[in-house]
Amino acid sequence: MDWSWSFVWEILPTLLEGVRVTILATLGGAVLAAVIGLALALLRRSPNKAVMRTTSFVIEFIRGTPLLVQLYFLFYVLPDAGITLGPMTAGLIGLGLHYGTYTAEVYRAGIDNVPTGQWEAAKACNLTGRQTWTQIILPQAIPPMVPALANYLIAMFKETPLLSAITVLELMNQARSVANFNYRYLEPMTLVGVFFLIISLISVSLLRLLERRLGRIG
Amino acid sequence: MHSWFSFIPLILEGALVTVGLTLAGCVLALMMAFIAGLGRLSLHAPVRWLATCYIEFFRGTSIFVQLFWAYFVLPLFGLTLTPLEAGILALGLNVGAYGAEVVRGAVQSIGREQHEACRALNLTRWQGLRHVILPQALVLMLPTFCNNAIELLKATAVVSLISLSDMTFQAQVVRAQTGSTAVPFITILLLYFVMALALSRSIRGLEKRLTRGLEGVRT
Repeated sequence: MDWSWSFVWEILPTLLEGVRVTILATLGGAVLAAVIGLALALLRRSPNKAVMRTTSFVIEFIRGTPLLVQLYFLFYVLPDAGITLGPMTAGLIGLGLHYGTYTAEVYRAGIDNVPTGQWEAAKACNLTGRQTWTQIILPQAIPPMVPALANYLIAMFKETPLLSAITVLELMNQARSVANFNYRYLEPMTLVGVFFLIISLISVSLLRLLERRLGRIG
Repeated sequence: MHSWFSFIPLILEGALVTVGLTLAGCVLALMMAFIAGLGRLSLHAPVRWLATCYIEFFRGTSIFVQLFWAYFVLPLFGLTLTPLEAGILALGLNVGAYGAEVVRGAVQSIGREQHEACRALNLTRWQGLRHVILPQALVLMLPTFCNNAIELLKATAVVSLISLSDMTFQAQVVRAQTGSTAVPFITILLLYFVMALALSRSIRGLEKRLTRGLEGVRT
């Protein structure tokens, strides 16, 4: 089959609209994942054994099951329980929860890397638990985590096509609908691949830059 | 509830497809990981270049895009794949690219003195790799391979979107036929979780076996 440039120009605006939705979903999911991950990491350190065990199990469970099935669960099962989510909301929650369990691991490692002396010093200065976290531990723990967190951001970006399965009109879904409509698969599918490659290559090089920056400060 | 029980065989059929796909994908991924990972360490620049291209391409584009490309676009070039073949190909090549970096990292982390010892014993490059470097590197690769295998298991769910009747696909069928959503989806979530546990347990067992007698020797 031959490559048709005129068809490429025709479908480009539709695909770019899809790129916009894909990027929005990635960023929204990333913010949620960052927050959920922190919450899970803190819950996992809870002195209460039951809370700690439950959190560990939830993390293991979410990490051991496919994101696609979790999305189906959020989108098709929750309405039965009276919670109806829009496709995009369900998608963002799914991405945020799934990647939150990965970022929780990053936070855990980062927090464990803060020397014990800092905890002792905070105690010696008579800081409250909240002050210790917000003023001593997290400011030291978070900067070294940034590269690892950004890695998951890129991984999440590559998983956003799953949202098409719950009818979010992101890049993959737009490409499929124009492909089905015109009965031409070569150009839309290839363009989607090219878009993904370009965006992820750019973000990987930004990440390298960031790593070097952080390395210089640290 | 009764109607649900009659659908259990359907879900189990899907589970078999998922397991088969995971195993076949793992075999292909393992082969690709070693080929590309060692290729990146090759002395010949074109081989290194080819391996780097493969790795960057498959890590840079989404597994999804690769799957759809294999299924919808390859036929246009005269290569028609069944959904199962397309699934195994896309999963194996994708996870293999991630595995290749693991292989490279593990081989590179083996101390210089080991390479020097190989040279001192007049081993060829291949002999050194086969008898000295890889047996040590393999132990280092296993934990990450374990994660990769679980990623592959989870990625098999996307093949349901190219009409391959795996577990996720069958759950959708049950949903469509019975109108019950919670039971099929909770069942397959649990099944996936059990499979992931089984995978990580068996790889951890393998790791223990391979490191037997090495306790305290490794630094």
